[in-house]
Formats: sequence, C-alpha cells, structure tokens
Amino acid sequence: MSIRERLSGNEAAATAMKQINPDVVAAFPITPSTEIPQYFSTFVANGVVDTEFVAVESEHSAMSACIGAEAAGSRAMTATSANGLSLMWEMIYIASSLRLPIVLSLVNRAVSGPLNIHCDHSDAMGVRDAGWIMLFSENNQEAYDNTLMAHRIAENEKVLLPLMVCQDGFITSHSIENIELEEDSEVKKFVGEYHPKHYLLNDKEPIAVGPLDLQSYLFEHKAQQAEAMKAAKDVILDVAKDFEKWTGRHYGLFEEYMLDDCDLAIVCMNSTAGTTKAVVNELRKNGVKAGLLKIRVYRPFPGEEVAKALENVKAVAVLDKADSLNAVGGALFEDVVSSMYVAGNKVPTVNYVYGIGGRDTTTNDIKSVYNDLAEIAKTGKAENPYRYLGLRKGEN
Amino acid sequence: MSEITNKTPMDDLTIGGNIYTSGNAKNFKTGDWRSQRPVFHEDKCKQCGLCFPVCPENAIPVGKEDLKRKNFNFDYCKGCGVCSKVCPFGAITMEEEGVNL
Repeated sequence: MSIRERLSGNEAAATAMKQINPDVVAAFPITPSTEIPQYFSTFVANGVVDTEFVAVESEHSAMSACIGAEAAGSRAMTATSANGLSLMWEMIYIASSLRLPIVLSLVNRAVSGPLNIHCDHSDAMGVRDAGWIMLFSENNQEAYDNTLMAHRIAENEKVLLPLMVCQDGFITSHSIENIELEEDSEVKKFVGEYHPKHYLLNDKEPIAVGPLDLQSYLFEHKAQQAEAMKAAKDVILDVAKDFEKWTGRHYGLFEEYMLDDCDLAIVCMNSTAGTTKAVVNELRKNGVKAGLLKIRVYRPFPGEEVAKALENVKAVAVLDKADSLNAVGGALFEDVVSSMYVAGNKVPTVNYVYGIGGRDTTTNDIKSVYNDLAEIAKTGKAENPYRYLGLRKGEN
Repeated sequence: MSEITNKTPMDDLTIGGNIYTSGNAKNFKTGDWRSQRPVFHEDKCKQCGLCFPVCPENAIPVGKEDLKRKNFNFDYCKGCGVCSKVCPFGAITMEEEGVNL
C-alpha cells in the first residue's frame, strides 16, 4: 500500500536513499542539494540506515569515495548541484569508464559565474557526454520514483553505468508537494541486493581496476560504454514496467501529453513540463491543438522515438534551460533536431533558451511560445531558430 | 581470463579494461620512457643495500645467493634517479640516455 505524504523534492530524494539503504554515501553540501546529505546524515545518526556516511572535504573527494566504494563491491550514492558537479567532473568520467553503477541525485542549478544559486540545467548539460544515464524529474514524485528505479537500471549486467536523477533546484527541491511513498520492505524487495561479479575486496580473485589503457584499447572500451548506453534504453523500459506493476505509476523514455492529435508541440524537461501542461490544458479548451513531449530519459537519448513521436505535428519548440553558447542552439534542441533530421522528419523546429539562473518561466511565457508555433505552422517556416524566452533586450 | 592482445575484438575485452588476474605489472615494460640512464660503478659500490629498496620499479636485481646488487634491469628502469641520490659513495651516476653507450 502506498503512503500519502507531503515532502519537498530534497526530502523525496533523501527518503528514497533511506529506503534503498546503500552501503556508502559520500557527499559534500552545496545549495540547493544540501538537504539531501543533511537529511541522510540524520538517518545515519539515528540508526535508521546502516550506511557508512563519509563526510568528505570536497565533491571531487565525494565522487572519488563513491568510486572506491563501488569498485570495492558496495553500493554508493551521493548528491550535488552546479559547481559541486563541476568539481566532480574529472571523477564523473572515471566513474562511467570504470563501469561503476553509482547513483547521484543532481539538484539542477546554474553553474557560476557570475555567482548564482538558482535553477537551470547548465550543470547537467556539462556532463551530458560523460557516459552517465540521466533521468529528469518533473516533480517530487518523479524524483522519488526515478531514484527507486535507479539501481535496477544502473546495476543491470548489460548496462553497468552510473546514473544521475535530476530535478529542478528550489522549484521542486524546496517545494512541498503531495507524494505517494512506498513501504520500506517493498522498496527493499524491488531494489534488491547488489552482488557485482568482480570487485576489489574479493580475496578469491585479485583484480586491477582502471589500468593504463593506451592506443590499442581505449577506443574499444569507449565503444563498450556506447553499447551499454544503447542497451540501457530497453533496461529502463523493463524496470519501468516492473515499477508500474508494483506502484501503478507509469514511466517511459518520455511522456507524451496530448501529443496524439497535436499540431503545436513543446519539448522540455523537469518542472517546466508542469507549467507547459497547464498551458496545454487551457489552449485545448480554446480548440488549439497544443501538446507536450517531456523528456524523462535524456541519456541515453531516445532519438528515434522522439523523432517518431513528433512526425505528425506542424511545428516544434524545444526549450533549453541552459545555453550552449555555441551560436547554434541549446543541447536538447540539437539532440532533438538531429534525431528528426536522421529520421527524415522535416517539421519546422525552433529553440528557446529560457529560465537561465532561475528566471521565472510563467504560463504566459509558454503561451507566447505556442503563439509563435501557430505562426510557424501557418507559414511552414522557422526563422531565427535560436531564440530566447523571457530575456530583456533592447529594441534593436 | 583469456589472453588479451591488441587484436582482441571489443566484445571479448573486459569492461573498463579491468584485469581479473594478479601479478601482471611485469608484462608492461616501462624502460623505454627513460631520458636519464643510471650507470653502475661497481668499483665504488660497497654493497650497502640502500639503493634497491628505493627503486619504484624494482629494477635493481639482488643476487639470491651472494646478496649483492647487480647491474640495472633496463627493461623497467625509468631513469628517475632516486637510487643515484641515495647512494653515499657515488657508485651510481646519471647520464643522458642514448649518449656514450
């Protein structure tokens, strides 16, 4: 039986971690994810979990400790945001290339500078090609559910990749919402125990992890990571199926909201999807065929599936909560349009960079995007595809 | 674990290059990085035994019977010069690799 509760996004993530009861948590506090290790350390102090909590001196050490713990054969978790993730960056690549299924709770925040502690996705976008599975969460419930599914995906033999669960800093991490929690014993049963095939503390099999890997080998090892990332797609769907059987809550690679007969589609991630749904509902009442494609699984990117889901719409807007500063467009935009191009999908598509540094994105902002899409659908032309939403700008 | 070479296809490689056996560092010869070469002057050596324990590559062999150090194992000596620094008798000098051999 599910338990009705009300929790913030950080509490939801910490509660999932408590129920998973990992062997090791190594973390360093940083806004807005500070509460996750804070709550978790009280669970440790109160004896609710039997986790070894390592209070490290930096995020570089947090990820290093998780790598050591996972390689030793245990289950390790951590949480961070923005510059904390930046400081982990070197070890983020080591974790994925050593194929260690660490689970990280990433509470999305702008990477400084200038100094900003509010939500955008620049932290996540900075590690999008680092070989981590990346799940995005619209609300607290999804942050909780994605964390419960994380180990089953990451530790699958065909995958063995680290995984990060993303949610929007402050917008969801500090907002209290209704949530359905699952029973501790049921979570334990669903997540299962971790028994890696090879691990450093096995005295029957002395092994070396992370050896020198020069011209004759690195290429093949990277290709193995790429294969694992491709294989992760089916594993994510299988785990979601089991999760749905258990909880009744459905998850796919992405959510299609009123997309079936849709003319004007927005593609976005995390909490903005909630704002967009409200606008879709309103526009639908007025007869506008608006729809939403909310990415849940950003890595591996479900390119073929996204292109197919968008093949019958008349215009698409991809919303990026991080600017790639590449003079072309945001990262999600590039993933979506290149997937569409490869699939031969010629629907006119534009990009809006929005919500940088925690700038509010209101239903009126989203409405203006649908208005632009209506214009594009009429003319069939998407001029200036690299646009901003909610930016102050002089007239010329 | 079967033998892995630079002809092994990716499907047969271990993940992350993990090595599931022990004692294989000796298969990787580190001697070809050397830019400085230690030269052993046997006449000055008192066999005091200070040099071989500090060698990071175990490249100073010691006789099992006579317990005397022998000349360097240049398959593994990286030319770091630590042995030359600890020798109190000037019995190890560093010279540029590839010159005056």
